Amino acid sequence: MLELNHVHKVFNEGTLDEKIALEHIDLSLKPGDFVTVIGSNGAGKSTLMNVISGALSPDIGTVTIQDTNVTPFPEYKRSKLIGRVFQDPMAGTAPEMTIEENLAIAYARNKKRTLKRGVTKKRKAFFKESLESLHLGLEDRLNAKVGLLSGGERQALSLLMATFTEPSILLLDEHTAALDPSRAELITNLTSEIVEKYHLTTLMVTHNMQQALDLGNRLIMMDKGQIILEVSEEEKKELTIETLLEEFQKIRGEQMVNDRALLS
Amino acid sequence: MPFAIFGAFESGIIYAIMALGVYLSFRVLDFPDLTVDGSFVTGAAVAAILIFNGYNPFLATIIAFIAGFIAGCVTGLLHTKGKINPLLSGILMMIALYSINIRIMGKSNVALLNQESGLDIVSGWWDSLGLNAPFNALFNMVGWGEFLPKTWGIFFFMIVVTFFIKWLTDRFLKTEVGLAIRATGNNKKMIRSFSANTDLFIILGLGLSNALVAFSGALIAQLTSFADVGMGIGMIIIGLASVIIGEALFGTKSIARTTLAVIGGAIVYRIVVTLALRADFLKTSDMKLITASIVIIALVLPKIIDNQKARQLKKKKNAERMATVQMASAGKDE
Repeated sequence: MLELNHVHKVFNEGTLDEKIALEHIDLSLKPGDFVTVIGSNGAGKSTLMNVISGALSPDIGTVTIQDTNVTPFPEYKRSKLIGRVFQDPMAGTAPEMTIEENLAIAYARNKKRTLKRGVTKKRKAFFKESLESLHLGLEDRLNAKVGLLSGGERQALSLLMATFTEPSILLLDEHTAALDPSRAELITNLTSEIVEKYHLTTLMVTHNMQQALDLGNRLIMMDKGQIILEVSEEEKKELTIETLLEEFQKIRGEQMVNDRALLS
Repeated sequence: MPFAIFGAFESGIIYAIMALGVYLSFRVLDFPDLTVDGSFVTGAAVAAILIFNGYNPFLATIIAFIAGFIAGCVTGLLHTKGKINPLLSGILMMIALYSINIRIMGKSNVALLNQESGLDIVSGWWDSLGLNAPFNALFNMVGWGEFLPKTWGIFFFMIVVTFFIKWLTDRFLKTEVGLAIRATGNNKKMIRSFSANTDLFIILGLGLSNALVAFSGALIAQLTSFADVGMGIGMIIIGLASVIIGEALFGTKSIARTTLAVIGGAIVYRIVVTLALRADFLKTSDMKLITASIVIIALVLPKIIDNQKARQLKKKKNAERMATVQMASAGKDE
């Protein structure tokens, strides 16, 4: 479904600020896979997401979605196939527009935009039905401007907008990080509900280890632009935070030895 | 003088089309587009020179609309493909259009003295209906006899045209393409993640905006029988004044309400300027200064009022707090 081959990305090449963000990443997702991504700050998780979404293009390597090489496609073309939810609850919706207008924009994702009405009666019924699955009462506020919603409500709406057209790939970039714990839990539960409902192939970045363990069938750990650990479906079931931290320590420990060797 | 007020209303409703164009760029796309100063003249120049050379005035007006569309698209291309800052793209296009407009006219102005403009045709047709008399009688009856225009034809025709354009704009902004243009002005990151090419929608939006501006310019040229290369100076500020005044006076609850407010703003603006010019110490050449002052007041005043309100609330709350503290300490003393 999603395939990354030897993806490499360097920022500020040839300057003092040169930073290797991704180093020869190979990753393959089968249809229905739900992979959680963890790693320290600056590990390259967000860059990975941006390379897949097309916001950044890789220096070398290819991104393949559904057997199509999408590497040369700009972001807006790729987003026909990719649903995304951002960390910032404000980023995924248009605040000056109403809930139904936002949904109509999302609904047009994999269609050609025409001069027909965006919100029709038939679509309105569909929007209503979809909003009901969020259990937030938003179905009764179709004409409310999205800017009036709370952060949690906006993120739930973003999640619905990213998924209800059943994209090939769903990218979640720390999408619960900016919410308070109870709202984050709500969004986490909605995420697993929706992903299951549509059988979405999903890649989720999180800084919350427990969330990384609770959700999804696979897990990868990144550090310094590389995937340093891949946990398969069977292994993930047995995994606990303690063993995960141990692994992290073990791998980082080796890295520190390397650093010291370099200094001496 | 009352005749001048009627004239202000009449030209206000034509300038309202230009203000709707400015609303599209400034508010909907969130793009402060200065092309307007040039594209307004482009519309006037194209219409005037075509009518001067004997083309059908209605055809000339449509070609003016298209010329404005192209000018707006070029500004959009400068910004999206050339990665030039929005303000600068508009200014560059405005300057370029100054020369282009002289090229279009062949000189710096065109007067339509013996040619029949589209508005002449309309008023001629209206006058042949013989409907001026009853309207005049109506006005005389309520004692407004001195307000009478030469013909009611242009007045009614322009109301119909402007409101038709308003209705089209409202409808367009609710289509799938219109929603995408609005989202482009509202949240680019979001709309890109929903497979919309933001560059394309910026270009299209600016094209339509300037098409309306040029259309308005073409009509003004026909109303005044004159097109001049300098007639667009400060047009963007007049457009902004109309949008800001309209929104402040009539509200922005929905798209239809806001476009109506913009039309109202354009008319109110014309009337305010006409009244201001009545003051003995002001000259016609002070019009731009008056316009700038109106916009500055409209931008600054709401903020001052809000601040004042917040400060007064704080004062009241603090007084209450002091009172509770004093009561508590007085209780302790006893």
